[in-house]
Amino acid sequence: MLDTYRKLETPENIDLDIQVAGPLVRCLAFTIDSLIRTAVQIALLIALALLGKVGMALWLISTFVLEWFYPVLFEVLNNGQTPGKKAMGIAVVNDDSTPVSWSASIVRNFLRIVDFLPIGYIAGLISMILNQDFKRIGDLAAGTIVIFREKQQAAPQWPATDSSPPPVALNLKQQRAILSFVERRNSLTHERQEELANHLQSVFHHQNQEAVDYILRVATWLRGGR
Amino acid sequence: MKQELFESHFRAIWQSFETTLDELEQFRQLRKKANVSGFSDQYRQVCHHLALAQERQYSPYLIDRLNQLALRGHQQLYQSHNNILYNIVHFILVGFPATVRREFTFIWVASLLFFGSLLTMAALTYYNPSLIYSVYPEGAVRDFTEMYDPANKAFMQEQRSAADDFSMFGFYIKNNIGIGFQTFASGFVLGVGALFNLLYNGIVLGAVMGYLTEMGFTDTFFPFVIGHGAFELTGIAIAGAAGLKLGFGLLCPGRLSRKQSLIKAASEAMPLVYGVFFLLLIAAFVEAFWSSSSYLSNTAKYMAGGSFWLLVLSYLSLGYTGLNRGAQRGSE
Repeated sequence: MLDTYRKLETPENIDLDIQVAGPLVRCLAFTIDSLIRTAVQIALLIALALLGKVGMALWLISTFVLEWFYPVLFEVLNNGQTPGKKAMGIAVVNDDSTPVSWSASIVRNFLRIVDFLPIGYIAGLISMILNQDFKRIGDLAAGTIVIFREKQQAAPQWPATDSSPPPVALNLKQQRAILSFVERRNSLTHERQEELANHLQSVFHHQNQEAVDYILRVATWLRGGR
Repeated sequence: MKQELFESHFRAIWQSFETTLDELEQFRQLRKKANVSGFSDQYRQVCHHLALAQERQYSPYLIDRLNQLALRGHQQLYQSHNNILYNIVHFILVGFPATVRREFTFIWVASLLFFGSLLTMAALTYYNPSLIYSVYPEGAVRDFTEMYDPANKAFMQEQRSAADDFSMFGFYIKNNIGIGFQTFASGFVLGVGALFNLLYNGIVLGAVMGYLTEMGFTDTFFPFVIGHGAFELTGIAIAGAAGLKLGFGLLCPGRLSRKQSLIKAASEAMPLVYGVFFLLLIAAFVEAFWSSSSYLSNTAKYMAGGSFWLLVLSYLSLGYTGLNRGAQRGSE
């Protein structure tokens, strides 16, 4: 597995795989959020300017709320996702992968001003690079982590072929490799499929397209098709 | 059991579990009440299936899918539900004063730093008014001297409209509460930021106070500041205390790891930050609508201001000692 995967043991005694989000994707999410926030502030400024002094007061208060609580409100009320994070498919959760709590979210977002030091989130970036879970300082203090919330991939197409048992007994790892090949074969070019299938020539005694077809049949058998 | 059989056996459970999850994950305030009967049973089944699928090395897609379902279920099941309104009321009545008393060391240190530097600077500036120019440029000094000059009748007589009051309210909220939050967060830098903010604010306010007293503008200055000062000055001191606690947690972790100590200090300091927000919100309100009011006589402002101080100090030092058990629970 790639090293951004973390195992998380739950009270049900199973290991969940979570994938932590790195600096680049978080940076993009932050940029989107900043743009949204600026746009809202400008829109409010134009709308509230019509109300004169009361409008300006409301604008100052809304600026205050946007500045300090925009991320907090979204993270707590919207499953750990600000609009920017949602667009990038990432989310904030507590270290044990439970939904982020009010106080944790406030800590991590208020400490942004420390992460910002000395300029442009350099402290936060250094902290992320030094930390194996890509935590910025706010995350360290709040005990939170930013993870990918994967979108469900489309179910792979299983070929409608006959099944044939493998010529030799395959252990679990080998079975899994074969199943994995079949599931992701549509994302590979035809030539690459054959190239990969040819690695098994010495075991399966087939070549090129024949080898691919043969592997499909073996996979169908392994999966339990008749 | 072969994978295909496994899938066809349990597909219905996974699908219904996924539907429930989709409902639960909608924006909390907008969604309808989801039907969650049997949620935990289904969750446990999915966990079991994931363990089986991993053990039997079923295909990666299936394992990913079950992992995803279990992870989403985990996040729905292990979340804490709380009644926010009850929490706020409980916090104000019990949690905040209890935390202030629990953290009295930091509160005392921060208060001494802040009020100490304020009074020292006030005394120094009183005897040597030119000190004011070491904290403020000349133009700013002229501005606020003019503003508080009793001879300048505009300050006393000009009626500020309700709209003016409200626009100042907005300004105080953005400015003052922002400073409070910054004081807390900057404490992360080994407490230095909080220390700086406490001393800086103390020195600046003290200089202005000493200077205006020396000028003899007491009748315009003190009635204005005494009211909201009760909330604002204590608020700043407590924000400083929260910041010092954060820095101290990082600096002296004791028997914990530095990271654990930081997390602990941050979560223990949070009630203080909420309290600062609460106090500074009141301060902004009082400053905008009460302190600047020209209807009220100075006597009324002194009386009210004095009782505000008494109220805040007794609230923080005595508040709800009768409910010790509740206080402990609230601070956890």
